[in-house]
Parts: sequence; C-alpha cells; structure tokens
Amino acid sequence: MKSQMTRRDFLKKSSLVIAAAALPGRMGLFNVSPVLAGVDIPFKPHAFLEIAADDTITVWVGQTNLGQGTHTGIPMIIAEELDADWEKMRVKMALAAEPFKSPVWHMQATGGSSSIRHRWDLLRKVGAAARLMLVETAAEQWKIPAEKCATKDGKVIHPDGRGLTFGQLVEAARKQPVPEHPPLKNPKDYRIIGTQRERMDIPDKVMGKTVFGFDFTIPGMCVAVVARPPYYGASFQSYDKKAAMAVKGVIKVAPLGNRIAVCAETTHAAMIGRNALDIRWSKGSHPDLNDDALDALFKEHLEKPASVAKTGGDVKKALVEAARTIEQSYKLPYISHAQAEPINCTAHVEKERCRVWIPTQGQTATQLTASQLTGLPLEKVEVMTLPAGGGFGLRGEQDPVEDSVLLSKTLNRPVKVIWSRKDDFANDRFRPASQCNIKAGLDKDGRVIAWSHTVAAPSVMSRLMPDYVKDGIDPDAVSGITDIPYSFPNLLVSYVKVDSPVTVGFWRSVGYSVNAFTVESFMDELAHAAGKDPVQFRLDHMEKDGRPYNILSLLAEKSAWGTPVPEGRARGVAVTSCFESFAAHMAEVSVNEKGKITVHKMVCALDCGIAVYPDAIRAQAEAGVVMGLSTAFHEKVRFENGGVKTANYDDYPVLTMSEVPEIEVHIARNTLNPGGVGEPVFPSVAPAVANAVFKATGVRLRELPFKRELLIKG
Amino acid sequence: MIVLNVNGIKRQVDEDPDTPLLWVLRDNLGITSVKYTCGIAECGMCTVLIDGEAQRSCVVYVKDVLGSKITTIEGLPENHPVKVAWIERQVPQCGYCQPGIMLQTVDFLSRNPNPTEKQINDAMDNVICRCGTHPRIKKAIQMAAEMTARQGG
Repeated sequence: MKSQMTRRDFLKKSSLVIAAAALPGRMGLFNVSPVLAGVDIPFKPHAFLEIAADDTITVWVGQTNLGQGTHTGIPMIIAEELDADWEKMRVKMALAAEPFKSPVWHMQATGGSSSIRHRWDLLRKVGAAARLMLVETAAEQWKIPAEKCATKDGKVIHPDGRGLTFGQLVEAARKQPVPEHPPLKNPKDYRIIGTQRERMDIPDKVMGKTVFGFDFTIPGMCVAVVARPPYYGASFQSYDKKAAMAVKGVIKVAPLGNRIAVCAETTHAAMIGRNALDIRWSKGSHPDLNDDALDALFKEHLEKPASVAKTGGDVKKALVEAARTIEQSYKLPYISHAQAEPINCTAHVEKERCRVWIPTQGQTATQLTASQLTGLPLEKVEVMTLPAGGGFGLRGEQDPVEDSVLLSKTLNRPVKVIWSRKDDFANDRFRPASQCNIKAGLDKDGRVIAWSHTVAAPSVMSRLMPDYVKDGIDPDAVSGITDIPYSFPNLLVSYVKVDSPVTVGFWRSVGYSVNAFTVESFMDELAHAAGKDPVQFRLDHMEKDGRPYNILSLLAEKSAWGTPVPEGRARGVAVTSCFESFAAHMAEVSVNEKGKITVHKMVCALDCGIAVYPDAIRAQAEAGVVMGLSTAFHEKVRFENGGVKTANYDDYPVLTMSEVPEIEVHIARNTLNPGGVGEPVFPSVAPAVANAVFKATGVRLRELPFKRELLIKG
Repeated sequence: MIVLNVNGIKRQVDEDPDTPLLWVLRDNLGITSVKYTCGIAECGMCTVLIDGEAQRSCVVYVKDVLGSKITTIEGLPENHPVKVAWIERQVPQCGYCQPGIMLQTVDFLSRNPNPTEKQINDAMDNVICRCGTHPRIKKAIQMAAEMTARQGG
C-alpha cells in the first residue's frame, strides 16, 4: 500500500472521480472524472475519491501522516458509506489544495486533533454520494428502481442476487452529477467504522521503505545546513568561508540574513562544512537570560495586573465568605517537541513554478510562504506533504520553508535544508513555560464556591494566529481553565502575558497540556482539604451525567477506584475535556525512600465520540501516557547566556522502556460526532501521577518536571 | 575505493575512511532506512547490525567495518519474526525510530531467545521512541521471541 504520490500518479482515464470545493458557507462535491474535464491531464489530486474500472478505490488525504492513523481512519469512513471492499482501498497523500482545507479553520493544516472531527460530515458524504451514483447507474441498467438495489463489499446487488462491481459501473456512473443530499448510514449498520484494521502505512515503515522528508531526494538536489544564531538577537561577526568551501562536497556558502547556509552535495559534507565555518557570533540582545532569570521573570509577571479572561459570579466576595480558602502556586518549564526526525524542507524554485516537499503540519502556510518568497501565485506553488517523523505541533513552522526556497532561488537547483539535532533544540518553538496562582474558597460542606486562577505565560497565538488574541487574552494560554469541566458558582480566570525572547509554539494539546496539570492538581488539593474522595469530589462539582462526569465514572469503574490498593502503592486521578473529547487517567504509583517514583499502572478512559478506528485510538492513548510521563519526570529545556543550552537528548532525556508502566485503555461507546484523539489523551497524565504521589507520600509536587529531592525521606 | 559488505552485497564507495558509517549508508549508498537523529549514539535510530551486533552507525567509522557484514532493515527477510511481529502488533506510529529498534531487537533476541520483561526493559532502555510506542514494542519483542522458538530458530 503506497501512501505517497509520485509524478507518475495519473488518474485512470475511465475512473469515477469526486472532488470537493468550497461553496458559500459549505463544501460542495463535484464529479471531476477526466472525461468531463475534456482532457486527460496529469492528475492534480484535488479529489477525495477515485473509483477505477479495475475496482481499486483511492482516497486522497490532505492531512499529514505522522503515524496517528488518520491515513487509515479517513479511508475507513469513506469505505463505510461507500460499502466498499476494504481490500480494494488505497490511500495517497494529496498535494496542498483548496478542497483539503478544514471547513472549520479554512486552512489546510494537521493539528488540533482535527483531521477527522472537522471532516466527519464531508467524508461520509463523499462515500455516500459515490455509492448513490453507482446504485443509480446499476438500477438504470437493470431497469429497476434504485431502492431495490443493495450494496455490499464493492458491489451493487440486484434483488435476484446478481451483482455488478463498482469498477464495472464507473464508466456509466462517471457521467452523473454528484447527488447533493445522499442518505447517510445509521451507525448500527456500520461494518468498517469501529472495527479492527491494519494501518495502511505500517508495512512500509516496518520494511524501511517509507521516505520521510529527511530522506527525500530528487535529481540535481543539494543539501544545506543553516547555521542559526545561538543567542537570541545575535548576528554573525565573522566566519571562515574558505575553510567551509575547502570541505569536499561543499559547493556554496551563502549568508541568509542573520544566518549562514552551507550547501553541499551530501548531508554529511554540509554538516562538516557548517562546523568548519567557525562563526563568531555577537552576544545577542539578552546575554543575561538563563534558567534563573526566566524563572524570576515569570514570578515577577505573576504579580503584575492581569487581564480578565473569564469571570462569573463574584469571586472576591465568595472568597471573603468562604469557610476556608486555599492558595497555591504551580510552575511548568519550557519543553521541546524533540520529535525524532529533525526539521527539513526541500524546495525547487523554477521560473514558472515552485515545488516544495516537506513533512509539514501546515500545508496552507507552506504554500503562502513559498508564494510570497517567489512572487509566484498560489496555484504555481505545489506543496507535497511527506510522511513526518513526529511533529507534535512543531511542523507548521515556516523556517525551513523560507531557507530552502531562498537557497533554491540562489542556487537555481533543488535544495534540501536540514537541521542537526542541536539546531532542532536551539530553534524549536517550545511549549510555553507557565507559572500560576490559584486561590479557592470552600464552603462549610467542602464545596468549591470560588476559584480564582491567574496565569503568567507567553502567548503562542500572538505570533501564530494573532486574530484569536482579543483584549490581551491568548485563549490558548488559559484553555482548560476558562472551560474548566466543573461548575463553580464564582470563577475568575486572569492572564498576564510574559514577553521574553524565547519563541513558543504549538505543542501537543497546547494550553490544555499545561493548565490541566495545575487545575487537576489543585482540584486534588481541595478534595483532600475537604476530606473527600478525589473522584467523588470531582463528580460533585460536575453536571450529573454530562460527558466529563461519565468519563470519570467510567475510569473509576474500570480502574476499580475505591478498592484496596496493593501494599505500598497509591492511586491518583485527573480528568480533562478538550478538542471535543473527554479523558481521564488513573495512576498507580509507589515511591521509595530515595524519592524514586515508580508508576506501576496507568488506566485511561476516553470519550472521543464515535470510535472510528479503535486500534489507532488505543495507540494514541498509550502514547499519550508515555509522553505525559516523560514530561512529568524528565523534560525541561535549559537556557544560558541568552540562548538555548539544551543541545541533544543526553541533556533532554525522554521516557525510556523501563519507565513505561502497564497501560489500560477504555474507550467509551457512543455514536456521537467524533472528537479529537491525539491531544485529549495527554493532559491528565501528569496530574494523575502527581496526585497519586501525594496520596503515597503526603508531598504535593507543584512543579514539572517532578523534583525527586522533595520526596527523599529523612 | 572502499568496499563494504551491506546486506550480503559488496558495495564500492568512494569516500573518506573516517566518515561515519551512517553517512556512507545514507549519502553514498542511498539506504535511508538508517536514520539520522542525534548523531551522538544517544537514540538508537541509526542502529545497524555489524556482524550480528547492534551498533550505532553515527559513531562507527567505515574504516573499522571494512571486513564486516553490515545489515540494515532491508537485509532482514520480509517474513523475519521481528518484522512480522512489528506488523502484527501494529507497533509504529511515525515509524522513524523503528528500523533501528527492530535491529537492536534482532541482536537482543539472538542472545536472549526467551527474554523476561525485565530483560527486555534493560536491553531496550537506551532507545528513544518519541511517539511512545514502547508498550507495543514490548509486546512485539515477546511475540517475535515466541515465533522464533516455534520455528526452532
């Protein structure tokens, strides 16, 4: 099963092809079979679906393959409504194009756990429309009403039992218009959605055949390594061009603004050449910036006047009237994406067109960047999304696009820009660090009557999507608090934007990944202060039988909450709702005399609406636990002398095999619209562990990564 | 001219003998299943088998492996128990780290045909999978071991 497009991918002449296009206020579907276009041109895959005369069915996906499973989940949805034979399904990555834009965001990007939840209606409609066209074609041939025909496993079936395969019908079906309102299946009739399927991209990945961006090559291409300033605001003062040019294989040394590119025939030569540059950099704009200075900066901001992100009731008054008040501060560090495949992009700028090959999460953004830099109109910029070796939100960034397009213009040949691991850490757009104060009031019965939460954090949205920032509030910086899954009669959420040269960006679960730790840890503190069971305390503050209530109840049931815990162990829980899904985690831990935390077991309960592709959902949930524990125990980017100190995995450890606990995943069964998966399964991991550690030791961990020294006895 | 024995085929390479094997495999021979990630032998994504032993090719120089048998993931047959188990257990997510981890597994199982969970943890504790496929890697290693035992291999 090939998942990539090559230049030889043409539409088969006799295929039925359906594409989407934006109509005012909605996406419409169109029959774009080649014969109707009048000419048989090389396929610009603006289509969702191609049914060929040989019965093969190709689904074109516009979202990046990061291994999250959507390159199988999306074909599953179309195959379901089409009643296709699963064995005939193929998937291909589409070029960046209008039809693949999110109907919600109006841009093509892969993030926010949106690939399926934003396209549920559209994808079902694509399959259903094609099915109806095939049914009507068969009915016409058999001269019977269409309602008498059935479909199953890639065939339209006559009441007398005979059948025609979809491939046999496309020649006639392709002359039909696409029906506007095809009937959709009742979920009780699903035969593909919700079933076990092998992920289509796995065999190539296991055989070593997948070509990631870093592996991509085209004839005439050279490789460039770009030296970027090691300190914020720094520029180069001198460099040894001769030494770099003397390296075998190096063909050009090209300054690009505040950075210097070394272009070579091979990756290794470019790396050696870059090291030979021996650059002297200026000290930069913030030579005193380091871990302590940043910590102090956040603390200072927490004392500054804050903007109100959300207010309900009268928190001030309620805090005065409360039977008792509790106040605490929490702290989270900058963390890196640390994705396996370093950042890269290949571009070839020609007179009439520009082609870009990149493992990007931001297709539209890439197209815009290349268009602006080349002056070519958007339709002359082809963006081919390559499989990505991890992304976690980083791969929408445009730095490598910019450099590869500029260098291709300069060198007049295809150029692949690659980052070394050190470049990757130094130029990452980190998950924002954050500090917060939370103050809550409990009434005499131990119910929360007031919650006041002030966050000091940098703003991701100010840089990436400034239109979303209103009245000084970055909605992502306070997400998970403004939409806290509890009903408190008095709620005040405030935000202080921290400006620092450290650049921040989207990171798995974005604001939720930060704020769930503070909200769910503090909720646990309140439960213990009120002398209540942490699960019951949470349920008591939720709408009964709402989705957060139900998922926490499912977690409690599946993890046997309240039953005796094995000797020496303790349990903790946390729950979140984000990306239209609801997740809860139970952690079972023990802590030894030396403060070492062992996580023995994690149970995840997830309500993501209808579970389209359950095994991919389980895989994401397992992965969410691993990454969540990694951030809880290890991850912290370090800074010194006005730049990033962290340079490689040896000083940025991530979770390893022996630290991975037994993981159980329980997916709620329902037929509601699909919610997100990759992100909702992350945020409640770290707080569940911190809450279990408190239960085990009485020590509250209010900072990530956990400080083991706080847990040492004696 | 250097001659390397890669996946049973003698390959001639015009390259400096002090070049790391990783780059000769990728740049000169086009074997891109061997991944660059950290460059300092921290992550295990560039792992290859050298005479059956898993080594990190970013820190192995070609001059030191001239007479050796080098195996990359392409050198394992498609029905190799490790490959079959990796598909059966649906291990990869992004998949970037998997060839290196699979090759380290081959070496590990050759020395520990019937590993305990602790042995698996110890042996695989020095590889990085950022996607978090660890639970499935463990299951696939166990499955590959069982398959190998059944095949009498």
